[in-house]
Amino acid sequence: MTRLTVVSTGPITSVQDAGRIGAQRYGLPPSGAMDRLAMATANVLVANPHATPAIEIGPLPAVFRIDGGQVRIALAGAPRRIEVNNLEIEPNRSALVGDGETITIGFARGGIFSYLGLAGGIKGEPVFGSFSVTAGTGVGSPIARTLQAEDTIELVGTMAGSDLRIDPIASTSDIIRVITGPQAEEFGENLQRFLASEWQVSSASNRMGYRLKGPPIRHSKGHNIVSDGTVNGSIQIPGDGQPIVLMPDRGTTGGYPKIATVITADLGTLAQMPAGRTFRFEAIGIEEAQHLSRAYLNAIDSLPDRLIATSSLNANLNALHDANLAGMAINALDTQTWQASSPGTPDKSP
Amino acid sequence: MPIDATFPRILPCGDAAATVEFGDTIDADLNVRVLALDLDLEASPIEGVIETVPTYRSLLLHYDVRRTGFCDLKCQLLTKLEQRSVSIGKPLRTWRIPVVYGGDFGMDLPAVAERHGIAPDEVVARHTAADYRVAMLGFTPGFCYLSGLDPSIATPRRNNPRQNTPAGTISIGGAQAAVQCLASPSGWHLLGRTPVRSFHPKREPVFLIKPGDAVTFFPIEASDWDRLDRAAAGGEPVAELMPR
Repeated sequence: MTRLTVVSTGPITSVQDAGRIGAQRYGLPPSGAMDRLAMATANVLVANPHATPAIEIGPLPAVFRIDGGQVRIALAGAPRRIEVNNLEIEPNRSALVGDGETITIGFARGGIFSYLGLAGGIKGEPVFGSFSVTAGTGVGSPIARTLQAEDTIELVGTMAGSDLRIDPIASTSDIIRVITGPQAEEFGENLQRFLASEWQVSSASNRMGYRLKGPPIRHSKGHNIVSDGTVNGSIQIPGDGQPIVLMPDRGTTGGYPKIATVITADLGTLAQMPAGRTFRFEAIGIEEAQHLSRAYLNAIDSLPDRLIATSSLNANLNALHDANLAGMAINALDTQTWQASSPGTPDKSP
Repeated sequence: MPIDATFPRILPCGDAAATVEFGDTIDADLNVRVLALDLDLEASPIEGVIETVPTYRSLLLHYDVRRTGFCDLKCQLLTKLEQRSVSIGKPLRTWRIPVVYGGDFGMDLPAVAERHGIAPDEVVARHTAADYRVAMLGFTPGFCYLSGLDPSIATPRRNNPRQNTPAGTISIGGAQAAVQCLASPSGWHLLGRTPVRSFHPKREPVFLIKPGDAVTFFPIEASDWDRLDRAAAGGEPVAELMPR
């Protein structure tokens, strides 16, 4: 039986997938990967369905060991060093890990979360259709808390297939798009101040919510509303005027007014925002946001189209290199519009 | 209640959810309207709606943006709101929940009694006499917000919330009452504890008490605690379902 053992890891590593459906009405948040696109990329690289449970790894280093068999793995998300059996491997590709070999993952640079995809997935018992862990509640599978040294996870363990590379979709940006409301009217002119300001993610942030640093945003009417439902990306303004963007482990109801909501397509980008990087919010309309959301979800479904077999990659490396230098990217995906730009069209720069 | 033409209103919460607001106060009649729409959607679903979350005065709908959109959803909801008469009838289920009141199990019982100038036993009598309705769950898994608290024992929340209150706490805060499952911070007044786990991740069903259920409490002795607590931990409901 192939298994993965945690040799060492930071404090926010856990099993996540696309999250639970149907339990928010009982006070249990959906949880799930903070960056769905990155999780999907790791899974697609090992020929898994894109929402297969994977290991979400925070910014600190981690070491895992595979025993009892071999398994194909892939890491996607925040840029960082990865070694298999002490040999560095390139990013955005899968690799076979042998019996007794280790996977060593370095500090994240320019991002927060990475996803370790394991071919065939993990053995466990779903709750509301999901393995996702909600720390502190005892929900999640196979280990219902963040992972620690000596934890062991049974793998389905598939070596079938071949090493693959992927042309990843880059999703860093200094603009996070939102739809205003549902309590935008409580802020009057301060809504414009919120949209015009520069923000940073503070270190007092976690999977429940990201606390932002910036100018205090005042309410016109006081900082309590009758508790109502929250969503991923709800931006609450509590009494101190510092926004909190709610994330997948959030409280499902809340009594702070919500000035705006991050659009689905930009949730992962915000989740990967390093503390100290400055960004702004941009308000867009519901039609545009839904168009972007559909394109984002379709892009995740189409990730297998971006796979490159490793044998054919070498032959085309020079061609790709030249194309990128000239500013024309083959198969580029513009993450402001989620539309593919065709060869010969200048790539839009952010 | 005066008719407020602002409500009901339907607002987007981002691009994958919408809220139907019936008002902006804690009011049992508003909550009945929320629960009525929720039941209606369960009986005759709208295509693309994945999940609903009833709260005191609004219903939050999560939807799949590839199967519907905000405008379509809003139209269909408005049609439902115009057609429906607002009634959810008798609750589907009524739970009787055992509680050990006072002492170490409910450290605020004496203070609540004193504040209202009545004996602690009388607080218990008024708390157990009421028929409550679960208005919503939120805050933590299995935390049930109840309407129906006897106004004569309504007590404003503590100025200083406690950082940790025990699992199974039965509390009151303002005009609201609660069944708490997990240990958590709380600014409410602790009247007692129940061994019942409204949420148990290893039990089928994971969640016992649902929005719209009716709840009543009855007192048990502290000497009964260990036996019932073990049973509940092992997955037994321990709460009793009343016959209809």
